[in-house]
Amino acid sequence: MTQGTEITYREAVRESIREALLGDERVFLLGEDVGRYGGCYAVTKGLLQEFGPERIRDTPLSESGFMGAGVGAALGGMRPIVEIMTVNFSLLALDQIVNNAATIRHMSGGQFSVPLVIRMATGAGRQLAAQHSHSFECWYAHVPGLKVLVPGTIEDARFMLGMALLDPDPVIIFEHVMLYNETGILPNEAQPVPMEQAVVRRPGKDVSLITYGGSLGKVLSAASQLAGEGIEAEVLDLRCLRPLDTAAIVQTVARTHRAVVVDEGWRTGSLAGEISAIIMEQAFWQLDAPVARVCSKEVPIPYPHHLEQAALPQIPQILATVRQVLEHA
Amino acid sequence: MNTAASDKPHINRDHLLPMLADMIRIRRFEEKCAELYTQEKIRGFLHLYIGEEAVAVGIARGLAPEDAVIATYREHGHALARGISMASVMAEMYGKVTGCSRGRGGSMHLFDEKHRFFGGNAIVAGGLPMAVGLALADKMRGLARVTTCFFGEGAVAEGEFHESMNLAALWQLPVLFVCENNLYAMGTALEISESEQHIYLKARSYGIDAHAVDGMNVVDVEAAARTACSAIREGQGPKFLECKTYRFRGHSMFDTQLYRDKEEIERWQKHGPIVLLQEWMQANHMLLENDVAAIEHRVAAEVAEAVDFAESSALESETELDTDVYTPRRSQ
Repeated sequence: MTQGTEITYREAVRESIREALLGDERVFLLGEDVGRYGGCYAVTKGLLQEFGPERIRDTPLSESGFMGAGVGAALGGMRPIVEIMTVNFSLLALDQIVNNAATIRHMSGGQFSVPLVIRMATGAGRQLAAQHSHSFECWYAHVPGLKVLVPGTIEDARFMLGMALLDPDPVIIFEHVMLYNETGILPNEAQPVPMEQAVVRRPGKDVSLITYGGSLGKVLSAASQLAGEGIEAEVLDLRCLRPLDTAAIVQTVARTHRAVVVDEGWRTGSLAGEISAIIMEQAFWQLDAPVARVCSKEVPIPYPHHLEQAALPQIPQILATVRQVLEHA
Repeated sequence: MNTAASDKPHINRDHLLPMLADMIRIRRFEEKCAELYTQEKIRGFLHLYIGEEAVAVGIARGLAPEDAVIATYREHGHALARGISMASVMAEMYGKVTGCSRGRGGSMHLFDEKHRFFGGNAIVAGGLPMAVGLALADKMRGLARVTTCFFGEGAVAEGEFHESMNLAALWQLPVLFVCENNLYAMGTALEISESEQHIYLKARSYGIDAHAVDGMNVVDVEAAARTACSAIREGQGPKFLECKTYRFRGHSMFDTQLYRDKEEIERWQKHGPIVLLQEWMQANHMLLENDVAAIEHRVAAEVAEAVDFAESSALESETELDTDVYTPRRSQ
């Protein structure tokens, strides 16, 4: 058995921030309640005491203002990490992310890079209703100039931030709210996988389950159940939504000839739609069945538990969809 | 500390003549741009600064080479006053690869790393938060530099203006905010868009030292800029100047100017920044007979050279279209 330390996803993210702050004096964190409060999801708890208020910088509720400050500080030679409480709030900072961070390198003819890292919580499951629970990863993945990471495992939570900070361009890291309390073993000898590579989390030959972030756990559980039925599902964790690891998507489909995409975003205009299109364009002749998608219902995420859960991709749906796909001869 | 940038200005011929020349240089450059626009050599949006030259020229005198500038989409004057070559700005207008942004940005997005010119920003108020960030970086790095942020009075209606005022004051950042109040946000007059029309008072309400300046008077603007920049360099936190000015041309080349009458424009033109300084220098015997003609001659030659340069420059190859969406990575 691998030697390692048992930690939570939250602790893994915190450790990655600590390591970055210790390793590079240009790194600092800014965002709402990151310091004295300890972070709205307690990710940054204790960092203020260790690093002080200059580097763990509490901001007023000015998402556009402090996001732009992050862009400017990155242009000015620092390595800021901007924390946005939740993806819904990031819409208030969309101007700075999309019109500035993403464009400046290209628009300036390559003169200025924006080495900015943005972290935010995403996703549903905590009964926080329709202004705190959405999954807009797809919106950001649409934008050239940005890179979009979705750590779905303890290891990725631990190492992706460090890799993002080494990147000269703006990188957004989405942390699914249901992962923060997840516990796992971080192997002592863990080696970070390059951030832009998709990873096969479970090999299989009958069907490819392609997913990312908060849905990875559900998909792995579904794959275990399918194994009990004699169905060997391969689980591909995308990890990076822009740029997409297209080769890995094509390769898994070439192995299994069937694909189900599981995505917590809404179906219309979703990443699942993009991935389906990639498979159609580049692996069409490998397919034995149409690609299927399991996405969130097209409603604002509601408050009551049963309705929230009904809106999200769930294991029974994944199982049913896989069985349906396998019925195609 | 940079003493050159904080020296007190001298009201004499040697000091004023170059400022007159700089304003005429911007004016003639832009008149040429307007002409080239009608010839379809320059396309897209073209926002002329004509009438407002004293602001860019006066503020530039307060800046040191290591300072940073963020401007708006009406930034030809700022780019030229900052020292970016006229040829590279004109080539940018033409969309040529020799342009200061490789032709990628055009009139609204002039960038220049050497002069720390962080762009024309075409989202109203979008440059303010970035200026806050540049200044934050300088403060954290212990660099006594000034970040100057130009914006129009239309920007003060945006949330980003207020967020930036608050952050700059809260963190005592080395920013010089320069509001170019030309009375119209595109076609919307200040009096129909703002409940408080003294813009500098808004900045004061955030605890920022703020003043209104006659933006038609380059000497006043320069004096205010030097004082503000010296104070900022000494660590006194952000400063704010509301420069009262007026745009003689339309918002862009598409503007038919239905929202204001000709008399109003003519009234302002009589007190335009170039006329004002020229007449004052004349009245005070600071202009020699041939001074203005010599400036005009020199500027005409520079403009002609800039046009030649832009005309003869190459377009960027289409194969380069997607370079610099991301920073090229060296092999790892």
